[in-house]
Amino acid sequence: MAFLEISGLKKRYGALDILKGIDLELEKGGFLVLVGPSGCGKSTLLNTIAGLEAISEGDIRVDGRSIAGLHPSKRDIAMVFQSYALYPNMTVAGNIAFGMEMRGVPAEERKKAIDEVAKVLQISHLLDRKPSQLSGGQRQRVAMGRALVRDPKLFLFDEPLSNLDAKLRVDMRTEIKRLHARMKTTIVYVTHDQIEAMTLATKIAVLKDGVLQQFGSPAEIYNNPANMFVADFMGSPAMNLLSGTIEKGNTGLSVSLARADGEPIRLPIAAGREQLEAHAGRAIVFGIRPEALTDPDGADRNAKTVAENDCLIEVVEPAGSDTFAVIKLGGKEVVARLRADARIQAGQHARLAFNLDKAVFFDPQSQMRIA
Amino acid sequence: MSSVVSPAVVLAHGGNRGRWIGRVVIYGLLLLFALFYLAPLFVMLVTSFKTMDEIQNGNMLALPQSPTFDPWLKAWGEACVGLTCAGIKGYFWNSIKMVVPAVAISTIFGALNGYVLTKWRFPGHTLVFGLMLFACFIPFQSVLLPMATILGALGRFGVTLQDATGFSFGFGNSTVNLVFVHVVYGLGFTTLFFRNYYEAFPTELVRAAQVDGASFFQIFRRIMLPNSLPIIVVTVIYQFTNIWNDFLFASAYAGTGDSMPMTVALNNVVNTSTGVVEYNVNMAAAMIAAVPTLIVYILAGRYFVRGLMAGAVKG
Repeated sequence: MAFLEISGLKKRYGALDILKGIDLELEKGGFLVLVGPSGCGKSTLLNTIAGLEAISEGDIRVDGRSIAGLHPSKRDIAMVFQSYALYPNMTVAGNIAFGMEMRGVPAEERKKAIDEVAKVLQISHLLDRKPSQLSGGQRQRVAMGRALVRDPKLFLFDEPLSNLDAKLRVDMRTEIKRLHARMKTTIVYVTHDQIEAMTLATKIAVLKDGVLQQFGSPAEIYNNPANMFVADFMGSPAMNLLSGTIEKGNTGLSVSLARADGEPIRLPIAAGREQLEAHAGRAIVFGIRPEALTDPDGADRNAKTVAENDCLIEVVEPAGSDTFAVIKLGGKEVVARLRADARIQAGQHARLAFNLDKAVFFDPQSQMRIA
Repeated sequence: MSSVVSPAVVLAHGGNRGRWIGRVVIYGLLLLFALFYLAPLFVMLVTSFKTMDEIQNGNMLALPQSPTFDPWLKAWGEACVGLTCAGIKGYFWNSIKMVVPAVAISTIFGALNGYVLTKWRFPGHTLVFGLMLFACFIPFQSVLLPMATILGALGRFGVTLQDATGFSFGFGNSTVNLVFVHVVYGLGFTTLFFRNYYEAFPTELVRAAQVDGASFFQIFRRIMLPNSLPIIVVTVIYQFTNIWNDFLFASAYAGTGDSMPMTVALNNVVNTSTGVVEYNVNMAAAMIAAVPTLIVYILAGRYFVRGLMAGAVKG
């Protein structure tokens, strides 16, 4: 049985539906990331788990016990807030110990627990300072210390890294991952940053407008997006989504993509996608990630279906580790990811390899995945 | 960019003299107003250190020829209020006994109200706050009669209690009555101050404390109050000044007898004439009456500017 179970959860403010029936499950020691654009309801979902907002329908169970009606302090959770929410009138030690103090833990034990957590987070030298005397990264650590010291069943993180600068954010991300691996805690983490979601999660839940779009492991979400929203939201640069037509010929199925200059490109469709036959002659949306569209030498050698085509390179963007090329296909700009030393030039034709094993197809009307 | 800068440049070159004249006019006016405002205080202070001879024969604005502390001592210990001539010291303590509880109670209740109205919102909280604000606009005079009726009823209740238990619990005592009146009347203002302050107080702190297991009052005492020093100071200064200086309620509900506050006693000192009007004693008594509010300003004023919320949230 799952450790954290959310079933049929709905949240309404008056006539406004914020969460429209969320079902999630997380195993013990798992790391669930709730990700989505602003206003998708991910923070509301976290607050309902914390008990800071009441739910309208459904149930939340932790370790088999329903916590839906309980006060936040009775849920055995700890939370790290976006603004850190450190008590400005208390020292770092006082902040970390406040929860234990409220629960009547003896001073002796509190001291021991503070020292232990401070050592783990390397903030032992800061214990006597006030929050106003700390840097952003230090405050972040203290906020995490306050959560860790309680040893609760469930940790909740509400966009904890969004107030840090870019470099510190990457460092803290690694640190959170390390802490999770070491302490085997169960974590629910809210972010709008899909890279944070990919790197940290064991399970990702993608939300939009209060509806769960897809729930699965990072690899599933990335490789098998359930709809166009998930495909577009996860991954950077985003997946290329271009309109094409399914054609049925003598050699099997193929997808035809319009080109501004000359004949449309025809790409064969990999085996095992027979469900596309029903869409023959119809318009579909063809999705391919930038890394599946590359120079022939850099193409995945294990891929079964690779098609090479001449394409007009419009823009070249060297990024150091890779070189991105923009081409025009199916009426859209398409980003290809090439090796850093690929010899291409803007305004010239180059051969690009399409890895069709990795291609996905969507229905343009419903935006749902076809194959 | 250049279009933004140019007016200032023009002013710096062409308007240098104009700016100087402006400065002189501004500071001159300010100085004039300051003098105008300080003149009465100066006369009071100077007069309070003069002998009666000097007052009767000298210039009002002149410095005392032979400064004497006697008028102050007389005002404190011997001046006549009505028929008793024991100075104003008793009434001074009456005022203290009234002001301290009234300020403390109204401030604490104002803080609690503000805390509930911002962090524990309930349906209709805006209406409740609106009604409390209404209390700020009610004129003193219109409260007088209804309040007198209520105080009368409380007094009768006190008598009943006295008969039943042998102790009146303060009902009917005129100092307690004044504390009650000032708390009720001040609540609108203190609630307004604290509500506006707590409106900007980060709610995440309250949520964090809730997750930490703190109760309603624990959050209030451990999180809200320690971070409210600036607004507590503002409220205390405001309430202290208002209640200490109040004359209308004091004269209406404690206008006679031993429990009258300072302001009423001062009025009676001035009105009690035994032949010669002792201006120096009257001035000294007025100065003594003004000292506590001055002290509150001097002591508490410096906490005004301290931004204690720095570092509470992201930085």
